[in-house]
Amino acid sequence: MHNDTLVEIADVAFKYGDRPVLKGINLTARRGQVIAIMGSSGCGKTTLLRLIGGQIKPSQGTVRVAGESVGDLDQAGLYRLRRKMGMLFQFGALFTDISVFDNVAYQLREHTDLPEDAIRDLVLLKLHAVGLRGAAQMMPSELSGGMARRVALARAIALDPQLVMYDEPFAGLDPISLGITGNLIRRLTDTLGLTSLVVTHDVQESLKIVDYVYFVSEGVIVAQGTADEIRNSDLPYVHQFVHGESDGPVPFHYPAAAYADDLRLGGQRA
Amino acid sequence: MLTICGWEASVLKQAIENLGNRTIEGVWRIGYATRFVLAILLHSGTAFRRFGLTIREIYFSGVLSLIIILVSGLFVGMVLGLQGYETLQTYGSESALGVLVAMSLVRELGPVVAALLFASRAGSAITAEIGLMKATEQLSAMEMMAVDPMARVVAPRFWAGVISMPLLAALFSAMGILGGYLVGVQLIGVDEGSFWSQMQSAVDFEQDILNGVIKSVVFGIAITAIALFEGYDAPPTAEGVSGATTRTVVMSSLAVLALDFVLTAFMFRGLN
Repeated sequence: MHNDTLVEIADVAFKYGDRPVLKGINLTARRGQVIAIMGSSGCGKTTLLRLIGGQIKPSQGTVRVAGESVGDLDQAGLYRLRRKMGMLFQFGALFTDISVFDNVAYQLREHTDLPEDAIRDLVLLKLHAVGLRGAAQMMPSELSGGMARRVALARAIALDPQLVMYDEPFAGLDPISLGITGNLIRRLTDTLGLTSLVVTHDVQESLKIVDYVYFVSEGVIVAQGTADEIRNSDLPYVHQFVHGESDGPVPFHYPAAAYADDLRLGGQRA
Repeated sequence: MLTICGWEASVLKQAIENLGNRTIEGVWRIGYATRFVLAILLHSGTAFRRFGLTIREIYFSGVLSLIIILVSGLFVGMVLGLQGYETLQTYGSESALGVLVAMSLVRELGPVVAALLFASRAGSAITAEIGLMKATEQLSAMEMMAVDPMARVVAPRFWAGVISMPLLAALFSAMGILGGYLVGVQLIGVDEGSFWSQMQSAVDFEQDILNGVIKSVVFGIAITAIALFEGYDAPPTAEGVSGATTRTVVMSSLAVLALDFVLTAFMFRGLN
């Protein structure tokens, strides 16, 4: 393990019941890097984040974050480790009954004994970093999707974590919000010295900001490399994904019985 | 094809399998719910250490239920006054109207009707809120922020329900007695002195009022535990949350009525 490695996943497998989701994943993230985990919907990307966050335990292999094996920690140990992590959920997951300010202040109030004046300064600092200091008193229901995502990002970095995980940060955003979110991820990673793990299937936006990419398909890593290596890859799966081709190794049609049989054409081929 | 008593064997086998699966699922769910309630008790420290959290929930569960409880109590008391007078005057004992109204409310109607209203008003709201928090990943977000949702969200709501329920039942009974007084004394003309004095001498603090309070505490525990469990266990979809909300109202209403029978059998056995 490199001494600036923050996340190390070694030979990890995971099953939901009898259905294998991940089969022998190896992944490393170093401090200061933006790492993208890409793959089509349902390939196990979010499951990987949940394993790193300790919400589920691997059925095989180890997940180490900041030197600690996540699967072996008890609840107190896990909660201690999670204070070093931030997570941006797909739709923000803001607490809808409290204001933007209180959302960002939430962890500071829960985990520190800071006076309210200091909390106020810190919250405004974090909101300023995502460009929403002026929205501090708004309620989550008053925010657009992009704004909610940025508030959630401010909340995720409230305790200055070492690792921030992003679950589909670009999903459903307009082009301006898309650019803002991408730049924020890069800028915050560089400024705060974080490690960012971005789960996404937005190739073009993420390739602009990432240092390294892992491609996951059917529970295994099928390709990895820098943004340029991925752009120029001639692996059929990566090529199809990066260029958004509708057919290829990932077929357009979901597996089904023969079309002619489904249409009951009795021996005639469609 | 094999038939048993006119039924095809395969159909019978399927029916028995279904029954078995549903029974196992039911028992499993009861065990899961019991563990959930034990987890609430184990995580209750925060609800008392940071009592502000519980007070906030008392406002949402209790204070916001006041209107429906007070208005219903008044009407139930007024009906009791009318019906009671009709019956009592047949035997020339209309002066005992105060006793009838107070006993009915304090022993039974106060705790039971207030609990049914609480289940519909606050229980359903708790389930919907927790279910939606789960569906919108707010509970997961809390866990990822190293904040335990059992301690921070569930336990304060549980204790708020347990504290609110007896207070609401007492207010329901008080409004009911006022309603009975308005109809019996002010409208019909029953003697005011005998209305209050007979009530005062007949209603026993321990046997009637305290037992009523115990009932409403038990109902509060049952309703809030069911509401929280259903919300926490709801599938994170629109149908999941709506189904859980319906189950809360149905299950907690049935639980209140069943528990009322059991408690009444223990409390008032052999009393006058």
